[in-house]
Amino acid sequence: MKILVPFKSVPDPNDATVVGAAASTPKSVINPFDEIAIEEALRIRERGEAAEIVGITIGAPTVDEQIRAALAMGVDRAIRIDDSRALDPYAVARILRVLIEKEAPHVVIMGKQAVDDDSNQVGQMLAGLLRWPQATFVSKIEFLGNKTRARCTRETDAGLEVIEIKLPAIITTDLRLNEPRYVSLPGLMKARRKSIEVLTCDQLGVTVRPLTTVISTARPPKRAAGTRVESVEELVTKLRQEAKVL
Amino acid sequence: MAESLVLIEHHRQQVKRPSLHAITLARKLGGEYALLVLGHRLDGIAASLVSYGACAVVVADDPALAKPLADRYATVIAEAARKRGAKTILGTSSTFSKDVLPRAAALLDAPMVTDVVAVEEMDGSISYRRPINAGSMFAIVKVEGDRRVLTVRGTAFEAPAADAAPCPIKRFDFDAASLPNGIQFISREERKSDRPDLTEARVVVSGGRPLKDKETFERLVGGLADALGGAIGATRAAVDAGMAPNDYQIGQTGKVVAPELYIALGISGAIQHLAGIKDSRIIVAINKDPDAPIFQMATYGLVGDLHRIVPQLIESIRRA
Repeated sequence: MKILVPFKSVPDPNDATVVGAAASTPKSVINPFDEIAIEEALRIRERGEAAEIVGITIGAPTVDEQIRAALAMGVDRAIRIDDSRALDPYAVARILRVLIEKEAPHVVIMGKQAVDDDSNQVGQMLAGLLRWPQATFVSKIEFLGNKTRARCTRETDAGLEVIEIKLPAIITTDLRLNEPRYVSLPGLMKARRKSIEVLTCDQLGVTVRPLTTVISTARPPKRAAGTRVESVEELVTKLRQEAKVL
Repeated sequence: MAESLVLIEHHRQQVKRPSLHAITLARKLGGEYALLVLGHRLDGIAASLVSYGACAVVVADDPALAKPLADRYATVIAEAARKRGAKTILGTSSTFSKDVLPRAAALLDAPMVTDVVAVEEMDGSISYRRPINAGSMFAIVKVEGDRRVLTVRGTAFEAPAADAAPCPIKRFDFDAASLPNGIQFISREERKSDRPDLTEARVVVSGGRPLKDKETFERLVGGLADALGGAIGATRAAVDAGMAPNDYQIGQTGKVVAPELYIALGISGAIQHLAGIKDSRIIVAINKDPDAPIFQMATYGLVGDLHRIVPQLIESIRRA
């Protein structure tokens, strides 16, 4: 089985200083949900159900650092689509679609959303464009029927849901699917010898233009800190008389 | 015809109330709007939707739609949007709409904006405001093209009034036999609870890791929620530690709530969690760490041991 994992490079969400700090150069990492997707692909290969894992990302050469990290985790080879425009999810889905048709994987595993723009669209759009089945917000994957189907547990608002999808299909990962491994030193050494193929949209024969544009960003007004209370009695009194919620 | 099509969600023969909030945005956008509901045996649901000022309640009712399978639902939604000439297709942000609407957008060759919290009009064109970076920033987004798909944050829009003259219910006919067949429903965990739904509750009591275990969580968080007639929420840490089920998680990747009263027990206030609660009217934080970030946004903060404080609080509320 061949697994394709699209991933995005995002500002490190654990670095509080990077948010909105345009002047500094924020540290970038693999989108945490995509890292979970990579880890899942590795586990599937390790249990003998996959032969190859191909990583794909879109961006300028600066994202090569995250590609190296993916290769160091154990991805077999990587493709970077050289495009430094501010693409929207639908543009990303249309580009990935062409590459997926070319690579013809059995399954595509990717994060449910990127933690920078929080859109939660690309996987579903990709499935729609390809007319492939989809399983979103997945916390468990099991292959059945000689790898013709996948049984997926989904995290929904109403609780856990189990569906079966025919392959090829798109699976998007939720937090509890796994805990990604740390990159090992031998992994890093090996990653240096792995190739990164660079393609352009022209070479792929795909012309897309983003249809949504971020005109501006702003910080939301800060919620004012309230009062410290000293006791349960004081709290209940305030809730009753001041806030009138009891 | 500049019509909007609002996707309405239902569960166990009941309309999911937050999904009605998208109607409020459809009204703001102007023009006629229709409500779209998909499923099987929808007569009761459809009848309950006629007074929301829509031009029609469009019903796609078929055994093939008995379960919310994304490939089938997206196909029917896209077909309904095309047939009605809908320019804006919208639903309230939920795992359901986030599963089916981006797929429908791709089938319609239309862009999509997730989690809209406000619309702004500038020089005759509409832009949308949405939270990014776990709610620490807002982006103003402009959309090109004459068709778009939106999900809206239910907490950012009021519930619409159901006071209009009844509109017609229109059956949407489609070829069920030609629907995709790549996804099969197997099971869903059904949990019985007498407590209100997390995203609809007036009061939410939420717990973090210091609750220690499932029993303590239920006794303190559950006990306080019951004393207040509220719902239960949890942080990611509490969910990961097995103290609460996954769908109780509040925050960036969980649910967004905006109740009248939110009580945070043993929650330090990670940005991912705060993203899900910051529009609550009153926030109460009880935490033993006086420097916990949650105190910076809490309306009322009480520093102390929740194992001692919460039973007192339950007692005090029950006494009144």
